[in-house]
Amino acid sequence: MPQTRRGLVSWLLGGGVTASIAAFLYPVLRFMAPPPIAEASVNEVTAGKVKEFKVNAGKIVKFGSAPALLIRLGDDEWRSFSAICTHLNCTVQYQESSRQIWCACHNGLYDLNGKVVSGPPPRPLEEFTVRVRGDDVVLSRRG
Amino acid sequence: MPSLRGKPPIVEWLEERLAFDAIQEFIAHKKVPKHSATMWYYFGGITLFLFGIQVATGILLLLYYRPSAAEAYESVQFIVTRVEFGWLIRSIHSWSANLMILAAFIHMFSVVFLRAYRRPRELTWLSGVGLLGLALGFGFSGYLLPWNTISYFATKVGTDMAAAVPLIGPTLARFLRGGDDVGGATLTRFFGFHVAVLPALTTGLLMVHLFLVQRFGISSPPRVEEQNRASGHPAPEMPFFPNFFLRELMAWYAALAVLGMLAAIFPWELGEKADPFASAPAGIRPEWYFLAPFYTLKLIPSHVWMFEGELLGLLGFGLLAAWWVTLPFWANDRNGSERTRLLTGTGVALIAYLATFSALGYWK
Repeated sequence: MPQTRRGLVSWLLGGGVTASIAAFLYPVLRFMAPPPIAEASVNEVTAGKVKEFKVNAGKIVKFGSAPALLIRLGDDEWRSFSAICTHLNCTVQYQESSRQIWCACHNGLYDLNGKVVSGPPPRPLEEFTVRVRGDDVVLSRRG
Repeated sequence: MPSLRGKPPIVEWLEERLAFDAIQEFIAHKKVPKHSATMWYYFGGITLFLFGIQVATGILLLLYYRPSAAEAYESVQFIVTRVEFGWLIRSIHSWSANLMILAAFIHMFSVVFLRAYRRPRELTWLSGVGLLGLALGFGFSGYLLPWNTISYFATKVGTDMAAAVPLIGPTLARFLRGGDDVGGATLTRFFGFHVAVLPALTTGLLMVHLFLVQRFGISSPPRVEEQNRASGHPAPEMPFFPNFFLRELMAWYAALAVLGMLAAIFPWELGEKADPFASAPAGIRPEWYFLAPFYTLKLIPSHVWMFEGELLGLLGFGLLAAWWVTLPFWANDRNGSERTRLLTGTGVALIAYLATFSALGYWK
């Protein structure tokens, strides 16, 4: 603690200025942090009508606010995964010729179970359950 | 009407208030070393010149650009198709950005090979590296602004790399994106960085850099200093004004010619509008100055021992950057002798890495 009157005044002044700067900076820093936006958790979506999807083709569909990849392998055989590559967040695509899922950004390859075949992705793709209800193709989150 | 001293009164009036004499005196005494490597001194000025072009064309683009996900692409399309010379202004802005970063890289490597970072110029080096970092920030933030497919995915990858930084990564990524994912909020934010935050920081740091260049003068390479000492003659120099200044003007003129040619013959493409619900297209790659890290990330496997490849890559880039930024502080040993082999080896290895991996990233 300061021993002199001048020291005490300097300490109070310095402390006051520091506190003022902190008081200005705190709201600025909080302002820059984007507020969390509550989104309804989506567990099931209707991707479209059965006839919209060709056999041995993949299509990106909306799963809430995120893209999902829906693949029709045969008349009654479907697969669906989160379309977000687990490496660096790019959107993957289905390769008809090799029947694999490919990320064009860093050449990551996944098989039709979403497991990593080669390239840098560290984790498999999240798989969704596909059901056909009447004419509708419905995707739902597992678990 | 001229006064008795032969100058128009308005000039005398201004001289009295602005102290022209002191500026003239300073410029008259400013010298530039003259030797076989003098040509490398022009690249700092060329970088500055191209930055000036960026500011001018950037202000022009601001007259029409609209920073929202719904309108950004259409506004750039409007600029290049409807506004007179809009295609040229945008093309010059994009090409000049690339040439500026190229000139900055050449300037940086010439500083290393000419040993211009040596005491007492360490802060000049640090401010210069900081300016290069800001230029890369301009490149990254400006890339997203047309809101096209390639820029959208480049930003997803770039901000996801930020998310991998230990401890602060997720907060940093959210701060950059303005939310959990790349979207309209990211575009607005990047626009703010590109036209306000980065220009303000660059102006400040540029002032510091230029002040330090004036404060310590232009450095001569050690071998030239030795030759001059051995010969016993004063070191050859040329006056900054008009000799060096006019040469620099010619270099700017040449840079302008190259820029005009590139912008007119190869107008910058706009590409497809970004679609968050489309797959990343084949052949996607970032700007050339990010190609080397991009290709490196492609090569690193998903896991190396117990670490995720992505994290390891980020750590490698961080260490490399730290090693390079602190160059003036390890360039000499404790006795003050230069670590010549280490320095030249580091410089050559870095150029070889950047050139090879950029080429591989472009073609593979």
